[in-house]
Amino acid sequence: MISVQSEDFSLEQEYQKLRTEAGDVGAIVTFTGIVRELYGGTGDKRVATKTDTLYLEHYPGMTETSLANIVDAAQKKWPLLAVRVIHRVGELKPQEQIVFVGTASGHRQDAFDAAQYIMDFLKSRAPFWKKQSSGKDSHWVDARVSDAEALARWQDS
Amino acid sequence: MLTIHYFASVREAVERSEEQLELPENVANIGDLIEHLLLLHPHFEAVFHNDLNILIAVNQTVVDKSQALEPGDEIAFFPPMTGG
Repeated sequence: MISVQSEDFSLEQEYQKLRTEAGDVGAIVTFTGIVRELYGGTGDKRVATKTDTLYLEHYPGMTETSLANIVDAAQKKWPLLAVRVIHRVGELKPQEQIVFVGTASGHRQDAFDAAQYIMDFLKSRAPFWKKQSSGKDSHWVDARVSDAEALARWQDS
Repeated sequence: MLTIHYFASVREAVERSEEQLELPENVANIGDLIEHLLLLHPHFEAVFHNDLNILIAVNQTVVDKSQALEPGDEIAFFPPMTGG
């Protein structure tokens, strides 16, 4: 259900696994996050920098536990038939896949909402950190206010 | 014995990823532990005295500085998460 791995993943294989596991499913939503080439250019007057590599550090053990807790919480809120979360770690290049969330349910709204909920919590609650390298420079990516705001919208629900 | 992990920008600033120490008698909670670490390692000052951006976990759960400590606890200091 949850994998933290350096290897890439196949959307097709993950989709088929979800379909098989879910049984009498009506809706499958899959989200794939991809490493962007340009970072940091929008909104706050910073100039976008070109990424050569993105290094993903994590806290082994806590990462898996926190992802499992997020998935459990989603399963309590929506009637989900299957859930899959994959997050890659280590060194990634622009346009590589970095994260996958798949949710299967009887109806589309539950699958959409659960996938969004899992991603919103994953971004701010699972212990992953990104370090961006551009040429000789490298820096840790700052947490974004918009990610905290994305979490806040679930507090009333 | 306490095990302390440091991650990402905090790991680089304190120049170590992990250390172990006996739980000192005068350390009851995380706030006390930070004061103790600052005495042991003066260069931690740069990180811990600007602590708005430091998260703390005890036994892999995020806590605040008032969290009580027991021998055997696993502690971690790290910046806000940026996964996804």
